[in-house]
Amino acid sequence: MIALSDYLILSAIVFCIGLAGIFINRTNIILLLMCVELILAAVNTNFIAFSYYSSDVTGQIFVFFILTVAAAEVAIGLAILTLMYRNRGSIDVDVTNSLKG
Amino acid sequence: MIDYQFNTADLFFALPELFMVAAIALILLLDLFVSERFQNLTYYLTQSTLAITGYFAFNLIGESAVIFDGTFVLDTIGSYFKVFMMIFSIVALVYSRHYLSVHNLLKGEYFILSLLSVFGMMVMVSAHSMLTIYLGLEIMSLSLYTLIAIARDRAVAIEAALKYFVLGAIASGLLLYGMSMIYGITGSLDIGQIAAFATGANLISEQVLILNFGLVFLVIGIAFKFGAVPFHMWVPDVYQGAPTSVTMFLSTVPKIAATAMLVRLLIDGLGGLQAYWADLFMILAILSIGLGSLVALMQTNIKRLLAYSTISHIGFILLGFITGVVEGYGAAAFYVLAYVLMSLTAFGTIIVLNKQGFEADQIVDFRGLSKHSPWFALIMLFVMLSMAGVPPFIGFYSKLFILQQVISAGYIYLAVAAVVFAVISAYYYLQIIKTMYFDDTEKEVTVTAPMDMRIILSINGALILVLGLMPSYWMELAISLF
Repeated sequence: MIALSDYLILSAIVFCIGLAGIFINRTNIILLLMCVELILAAVNTNFIAFSYYSSDVTGQIFVFFILTVAAAEVAIGLAILTLMYRNRGSIDVDVTNSLKG
Repeated sequence: MIDYQFNTADLFFALPELFMVAAIALILLLDLFVSERFQNLTYYLTQSTLAITGYFAFNLIGESAVIFDGTFVLDTIGSYFKVFMMIFSIVALVYSRHYLSVHNLLKGEYFILSLLSVFGMMVMVSAHSMLTIYLGLEIMSLSLYTLIAIARDRAVAIEAALKYFVLGAIASGLLLYGMSMIYGITGSLDIGQIAAFATGANLISEQVLILNFGLVFLVIGIAFKFGAVPFHMWVPDVYQGAPTSVTMFLSTVPKIAATAMLVRLLIDGLGGLQAYWADLFMILAILSIGLGSLVALMQTNIKRLLAYSTISHIGFILLGFITGVVEGYGAAAFYVLAYVLMSLTAFGTIIVLNKQGFEADQIVDFRGLSKHSPWFALIMLFVMLSMAGVPPFIGFYSKLFILQQVISAGYIYLAVAAVVFAVISAYYYLQIIKTMYFDDTEKEVTVTAPMDMRIILSINGALILVLGLMPSYWMELAISLF
């Protein structure tokens, strides 16, 4: 039997990987989008685990909404990325630093 | 949960939201088919939608109900916030139109996306479940990311959109992680049930620990949306890079929605843990006021300067929430509305200087404004004095009320630090006034803005002075919201 805490530890690890990926990553913007997805996957795991162990279905419904919103979010992210490529000819993180002060 | 029965009469309480979403769908279709022949149709339809929605929200003031199985709440603060959001959005769109038309960005999508983000904010304001808060937040944010990127061939705008997108997505992720923890320990998404759990007398220490763990993530998510230090990295870049009309929208109406989110999650929901989140807010507030005041001194770009000024105003707003009393919350709500009024006027004055092919976003663009256009220079003078906190403008009273509450709650050292930084920040506000009145330029400053914008901007500037003459009425109203 897998305990609730196992799920929570797993999701905490995935969450930290996602967060660390965003701050460590210095190469490609698509990696940023993937890290955001990791964070959301960790949250989904949390919700489903809590929902299952407390026999309450609302947490699972929340996960459906998160999945839908994440899809919309990635669509917009990729659209912005395309514009970025068209304007700068590159999608490296390093080129996104013209705004400073 | 299963025995929930849908009641048609409940729909009446959600009338503003339902009307708005229907109108958005209609305008989207109309814009597709008739925008070729009737250029301004989308604009006028958008403005009337906002006005009618505001009227519906105004009529619902005083009613209160929790509907749709506890996911949606109608109460006084929600109705008032919606009315103010509609008024400020209408003003912001009047200013935006001039900016968009001189920079060839006037497209129907702009107004539809603005409407959609206002709709998301309305959902946030009326949320009574963590699910509704999240959905409202995302409807608002996704529309705002797209709005920034509407200047498709400006590399800085795209960069700003990308930064806002990535940091906004992180903020949503952190907020959701906090929500999942709160859900796990309370077993409910409903704000009312969370409040009942958090104020319960027989919490064991492990439960308090997990609640606090979730709470920290919620506070980080909220601080990200507000742009409080140390979660402010996106604010200056996005303000500078976005088209000025979007910057104006971004710095005004969403702040009201963020305040509503704070009220719903932390006061209505986790009010029982006020002592814990007040400590976090203290750090956020004092860092925001300090950094906002100091870094703004070195800016030459006025949008970036106003971004840092926003950060310092946000610090004052958060100070109001650490007091933990109704008067403190009221002072914070008053500050938010006063700040939005001032910020709208400031950005409105910047937009008024925009001409065909000329983007006014440097402080030097204000040189000699008092000679060429004394009226708008006077309005900018009002805004700057008000933001610096000079009586009798409204900005003085909003700071005064916050500081009164902070001192009566016993945080004298916080009040002293806030005042010291406010004095430092007066330097850069006065510098803009000096640029307008005492610096000269050979360049001809002409104002090409249409009449409707000039009239509304004048009213807006006058309100900063007039409302400052009767602050106690507004303060009592703000306190009665909580």
